[in-house]
Amino acid sequence: MSYFGDVVALTRKDLLLELRAKETLPSMLLFVLAALTIFHFALPRGAGHTAALGLLWSALIFTALLGLTRAFVAEREQGMFDALVLAPCDRSAIWLAKSLAVLAFLAAAEVVALPAFAAFFSGIGGRTIAAVALADLGIAAVGTLFGAMAVAGRARELLLPLLFLPMAIPIVVGGVGGYLWFLVLYDAIFVVLAWATFEYVVAEV
Amino acid sequence: MKLPAFAAATAGLVALAVALVFFYVPSDADQGFSQRIFYFHVPIALTSYVCFGWGAWKALRYLRSRDARADTESYVAIHQGVMFGALTLITGSIWAKASWGVWWSWGENQLVLFLVLFLFYCAYFMLRFSVDAGASRANMSAVYALFGVVLIPVSFLAIRLSQNFIHPVVFNSHGPQMTGAQFLTFCVSFAAVLALFATLYRVELAGKRIDAHLRELRELLA
Amino acid sequence: MIEARALSMRYGDRRVFRDVDVELADGAFLLVTGPNGSGKTTLLRVLAGLTAPTSGELRRPERHTIGYLGHDPLVYRELTPLENLALFGRLYRLPERGERIGMLLERFGLWGVRHERVSTFSRGMQQRLGLCRVLLHDPQLLLLDEPYNALDAQGAALLDDLLGEDRTHVVATHEPQRVEARATQRLAFA
Repeated sequence: MSYFGDVVALTRKDLLLELRAKETLPSMLLFVLAALTIFHFALPRGAGHTAALGLLWSALIFTALLGLTRAFVAEREQGMFDALVLAPCDRSAIWLAKSLAVLAFLAAAEVVALPAFAAFFSGIGGRTIAAVALADLGIAAVGTLFGAMAVAGRARELLLPLLFLPMAIPIVVGGVGGYLWFLVLYDAIFVVLAWATFEYVVAEV
Repeated sequence: MKLPAFAAATAGLVALAVALVFFYVPSDADQGFSQRIFYFHVPIALTSYVCFGWGAWKALRYLRSRDARADTESYVAIHQGVMFGALTLITGSIWAKASWGVWWSWGENQLVLFLVLFLFYCAYFMLRFSVDAGASRANMSAVYALFGVVLIPVSFLAIRLSQNFIHPVVFNSHGPQMTGAQFLTFCVSFAAVLALFATLYRVELAGKRIDAHLRELRELLA
Repeated sequence: MIEARALSMRYGDRRVFRDVDVELADGAFLLVTGPNGSGKTTLLRVLAGLTAPTSGELRRPERHTIGYLGHDPLVYRELTPLENLALFGRLYRLPERGERIGMLLERFGLWGVRHERVSTFSRGMQQRLGLCRVLLHDPQLLLLDEPYNALDAQGAALLDDLLGEDRTHVVATHEPQRVEARATQRLAFA
């Protein structure tokens, strides 16, 4: 099972890099709290629970975008894609490892965001928590792939939101509406697609 | 069929479709004359889907064969798809204004879907502009095109679901089954728009092929 | 080991090189010379399999037998040498990597700083670590792009030793004097 050995080694590398740099995760935490605060002022009095939920999901998507934009910075700035692509490991392992790291960051941000939301607005049920967990899978999978695309070009950070936000719309619908089965469907389809196509994104041949 | 002859046939079909829509088919009982835009709006929308599907197919061919021509064909198809998609949004908006007095309706699933797709495929062009020509750009464009075509049904489902918690504006959109005359008009119009796509597609591809030949010649002479 | 015919490389309208043939038997030493920006780097990337040529045929050995050192040393700056080499050792499926890593770090004079982050190193030390990475999986083919860049005298001497070992080499440099004697083939870019 050397594939999983590769993934573990690469994920450890990503987590270690973030631990040392301490850039991405603190930014995400601060951002999500700031966003929720702004959204408090954006909600009129008497707005229902669904409206507040909608703003929660917006905050989560944009926080995720912040984290995803930083995901491949080391690889891009130090040319590490070359080193990783030269190695005999499967290219999809790079994607899987990075997605797992992104997932970890998302989960960490949500551990802060969800209680904050419950305190600022209204309580959240088990359904929302499950939806957030499922949505994280889709966001990490698709966002990592598009993140690799975005860093390959000139526009870099500017491009990722453009690529990612249309794909995030179904996630928001599934989350706000609480359609867990739909989120599972979304994840199943796009995780497989991302896993299968990553090798084309990262190699220049 | 040779391109000039094909283009002429397309022009003929389009003329026929316009004639049928404006003079042949009877006015709709509910919505009156303005309902006729339906005969353009829906075929244009369907043709957009065809464009994106064809673009995704060519993208898959590219990933298999790494033939630069497949990348160009995919790009051109998606380019056409965005154009027809923009037309869909515009005709849909005109129809909404004429029928219900509003320029946009979130209750129209098809329209909302096209907005999402329009955003997605515009980002396709941003992606292409952002990367220099070469294997990398072709690879990424192809992967993105595949994501797009898979996104179409997923988005449609999402938009349907979203109507449950976004207050849908209740409008009577497409009306009862079509009569014979209406169905004929619809089919001719659909055929005309598809032919228009095929013609524009071939024209744009021919232009790009000439560009490529020119570049090759310049190469050899240099 | 490598057989390439009529390799051409073009980025949009800019032609990098055209009709390059490369034929390398085992043990050969190809010296690629030319000023900066003449296409040496691109050629090495094509030979390494990092970039596809616009046209031409290329036959080269498998990934795990190739070692490539580009302009960047290709190591993670916020990791230590040990962590970097452990990662690549794992990715190259090396058994018993601890020993080999230790041996390489010692050889290139980095054993003492094996627990320090690469970002604290001088450019010369980073380059030496890059050489460690390149040699980690004992490749049969070495593709080195301007390897003497940033190396101090000690590092350069270590590199001289390395180039004398029994492998196939392709070295691109705009200062060929150092390796002139070893070259069995030459390719000059204008």
